[in-house]
Amino acid sequence: MDAGTLATTPRSGRGLHRFANPGRFLRLASRVQPFLTWPGLALLLIGLYAGLFIAPPDYQQHDAMRIMYVHVPAAILAETGYWALAAASLVSLVWRHPLADLAAKEIGPVGAGCALLCLASGSLWGKPMWGAWWVWDARLTSVLVLFFLYIGHILVIRAFDDPERGYRAAAILALIGAIDLPIIKYSVVWWNTLHQPASLTLTGSPTIAWPMLWPLLLCIVGASLCFGAVVTARLRAAVMERRIATLLRAQAEQAG
Amino acid sequence: MTRKHRRLLIVLACGAGLSTATALALGAFRSTIVFFMTPADIAEQHPPVGRTIRLGGMVEAGSLRRTTEDGQPVATFKVTDGRDAIDVSYTGILPDLFREGQGVVAMGELRPDHVFVADEVLAKHDEKYMPKDVAEALKKRGYWRHGQESQPVDLSAAPTETSAR
Repeated sequence: MDAGTLATTPRSGRGLHRFANPGRFLRLASRVQPFLTWPGLALLLIGLYAGLFIAPPDYQQHDAMRIMYVHVPAAILAETGYWALAAASLVSLVWRHPLADLAAKEIGPVGAGCALLCLASGSLWGKPMWGAWWVWDARLTSVLVLFFLYIGHILVIRAFDDPERGYRAAAILALIGAIDLPIIKYSVVWWNTLHQPASLTLTGSPTIAWPMLWPLLLCIVGASLCFGAVVTARLRAAVMERRIATLLRAQAEQAG
Repeated sequence: MTRKHRRLLIVLACGAGLSTATALALGAFRSTIVFFMTPADIAEQHPPVGRTIRLGGMVEAGSLRRTTEDGQPVATFKVTDGRDAIDVSYTGILPDLFREGQGVVAMGELRPDHVFVADEVLAKHDEKYMPKDVAEALKKRGYWRHGQESQPVDLSAAPTETSAR
């Protein structure tokens, strides 16, 4: 399917391809949008305020531990965002779904921003606590690789005159890069690193005391909703952009 | 088999191949990916004298001595992993988090007399966060494990009444 079919196919398909109909996608997305944006912003702002002003300081890191309220959501979203990018790339490569192509294109810059925020806030945390802005341990290095993967994807998907070729190449890059995701997650388990192991795990109880934990959870949920809101908004704009381009082309052909 | 199925199979096969290759490569480079060597690693592997390595472990309780040499602060302490211990000497200002019983990573080299001379000392902290009053309550009730780790064993055993603000 090429750019033209996405904007003009009126038939309703089965399964995922139903949302290849841009009208149906736009209607659904504009209904979902406010439920992502406003709760996301509210939770994030409450979480950040509580984290920075209400949560008690740590017994040994004191106020420096508050960087966590920015660093941890950014890190989680950089990684989850790449999972989403890899999933979109798989759908784009195997099922040639036009919406997946656009999703991959729009997730990239948002995820790269999260990865950069994670690296920058981590660096600001590392200097006062560890005594170094940066060390080449397995965790920090693998997250830096993730940032470069995002940058590579952003560049590749926009590098071709024929967008279809860009989508294919970028999807292959994204899927190869997905090998970095388990490496990031388990880097602190498989090798000894300067970075500490995870405080929040799905299986064990968290190692953060409750008065410090609840603002962090609010920040994580809020930031995730905001991530979804930004990606949805970008995706809606991209679909509409395509539609306008197709309409203008049709008009020009009629006039010519 | 449809073209979709064929594409899916190709992607899965490539993924399996790539994962295996990465796992083998990471396994082969294991010793260079680790950030530091523990005193036990050094006792086993005997790194040559004069080669720059990173030594990681806990600062042994009661081993820290601070002196001044030519106006420069000098710290000597033992780094232990519970099995072996190595004497470390460092000239310079230690990071704020540095204290006895705390994790530390020192970069430097072993002298022939088996003293590790560090050029750089980094403090390592763990994944546990708690307010000061909770930490003190834990110490008072004996949930604190000293020696190998300066940290409480299990935070879920922490008294909760003091954690409310």
